[in-house]
Amino acid sequence: MRILGLAGRRLAASIPTLILILIGVFLLLQLAPGDTVDALMAQMGGGDAATARELRKFYGLDLSVPVQLGNYLWRLIRLDLGFSSIYGKPVATVILERLPPTILLMTASLSFAFFFGLLFGVIAARGVNRWPDTLISTLGLIFYATPSFWFGLMAIVVFSIYLQWLPAGGFQDIGTVQTGIWGVIDIAKHLVLPTLTLGLIFLAIYLRIMRASMLEVLNLDYVRTARAKGLDETRVVTRHVLRNALLPMVTLIGLQAGTMLGGSVVVESVFSLPGLGRLAYESVVQRDLNTLLGIVFVSALLVIVVNFIVDLLYARLDPRIAAEG
Amino acid sequence: MDALKRYFRSPAAVAGLILLLVVIAMAASASFLYPRDPLALAGRPLIWPFSNPRFLLGTDNSGRDIAAQIFYGARISLLIGGVATAIAILIGILVGAFAGYYGGWVDNVLMRITEAFQTLPNFVLLLVLVAVFGSTLTTVTIAVGVVSWPVPARLTRAEFLSLRNREFVQAGRTLGMKDLQLILGEILPNAMPPVIVYASVVMAVAILLESALAFLRLSDPNVASWGNLIGLGRDVLRVQWYVSAIPGIAILVTVLAVSLVGQGLNDALNPRLKSR
Repeated sequence: MRILGLAGRRLAASIPTLILILIGVFLLLQLAPGDTVDALMAQMGGGDAATARELRKFYGLDLSVPVQLGNYLWRLIRLDLGFSSIYGKPVATVILERLPPTILLMTASLSFAFFFGLLFGVIAARGVNRWPDTLISTLGLIFYATPSFWFGLMAIVVFSIYLQWLPAGGFQDIGTVQTGIWGVIDIAKHLVLPTLTLGLIFLAIYLRIMRASMLEVLNLDYVRTARAKGLDETRVVTRHVLRNALLPMVTLIGLQAGTMLGGSVVVESVFSLPGLGRLAYESVVQRDLNTLLGIVFVSALLVIVVNFIVDLLYARLDPRIAAEG
Repeated sequence: MDALKRYFRSPAAVAGLILLLVVIAMAASASFLYPRDPLALAGRPLIWPFSNPRFLLGTDNSGRDIAAQIFYGARISLLIGGVATAIAILIGILVGAFAGYYGGWVDNVLMRITEAFQTLPNFVLLLVLVAVFGSTLTTVTIAVGVVSWPVPARLTRAEFLSLRNREFVQAGRTLGMKDLQLILGEILPNAMPPVIVYASVVMAVAILLESALAFLRLSDPNVASWGNLIGLGRDVLRVQWYVSAIPGIAILVTVLAVSLVGQGLNDALNPRLKSR
């Protein structure tokens, strides 16, 4: 309960941040050339000035900027993100439709990066400065320097075009809509390459942090005690070292949540996944500023929620944190 | 001097430096080796690499020399990476210095803003900035700089917090030095090293951010940039995959070089950390 209170307080502290972001981006978008009505008129194939004026009045765009901002924030409280003229639907609906693939992709990539980062980090730390360590550390450096979109394209060349093992893009097979377990397998097949592509850079970061943190914890006194009482090395690592060495890794999830969301913009574009990131890209290209602002709100919210979960996890891993709070 | 010696003792750091020098040499020699416009039509489209001695790395879908674009692309990547990093470090130092030195409400306000920038995903903010200000070389460079300053700001702030009440600062204060003199002349030089080392990370990320933007065709289309070429090559990925593959390797090598140099500098300047 105490943990929940602590994390809840952190959550409440992030509300001003969220409002600050919204105000900042809202004002920024006022500087953008063209507004919703311009985009709408262009889509209709042009129109006269009177129609434009009426439409501006209808969307409340003829009001002063502070009033518009006030209106926007007030609507936001009621979870109304406005209307997307490009998609012809409320922004909230458009975003909700696009959210599941992104969340699925992020969860899969995070699990992949976390698990293998942990594994490789432990292997590297246990053979520090020997060949497994050198190999893993070098690979980590190379993965870190690889542009994700390029890795994605090369993976498509190898696995989709040359070997024809996996689909090159999309979220589901369009030709034959499958249901039940086959549908799940179908989606999983489509997500293998995007997951690897998005997870690669995080794998590199995680294994580096895990290695450093293992080396640090392995030198602590209590580990020496554990060894002295005759535990074998595997026991020492799994029972005693791992839990403490995990703390920086968990912190990193929270810090990297935003980067991962940003990365999914690129990865979703490479693999034409119908997710939030691709929606962000499309709304920039189509100048759908209302949707873009909605995406800003939802992605900031997503980062805050991830950090909330990380706080809870953190307190579970290290009871001292809850006790101090 | 010691630091320099330590730097050259690490093979990884030396390799990084050599790679970085190669990329710089490529950027410097571009107009000498390829005097023609790299974006001009040069020959038949889609010539494979190593099949025609005139085009060592082949040509892209519109018949432009890939090798020339790689050389000129080195310029763009280093330019955007360098300038964006300078902008990010400058903003970061200013924000961090004032927040750390004054504390109180100044710190509170500045850190709230920093937090806002950190909560909003980098790339999403970059998209917003490009949507608003357009995608010329200048706006993209500034935009990349503007999304990258929060971590340098936090580093500077932490340094300032630990330095602001040291004896040498108090001595300066007793001598009647003004706040600005203390911040810029006394504390800042001592707070710089970790921030400068972190600059390599900022630069690596800046190069990756710009190339991703260019790949999505949201960066300046009128310059020969590696990201642009990868985006272009995507249309012919099925058969002529080399159009995308070659510039990707260039990005990889450059980012790797920058990271290795940064890591080498870090280990050379903080020898105690290295021995762990």
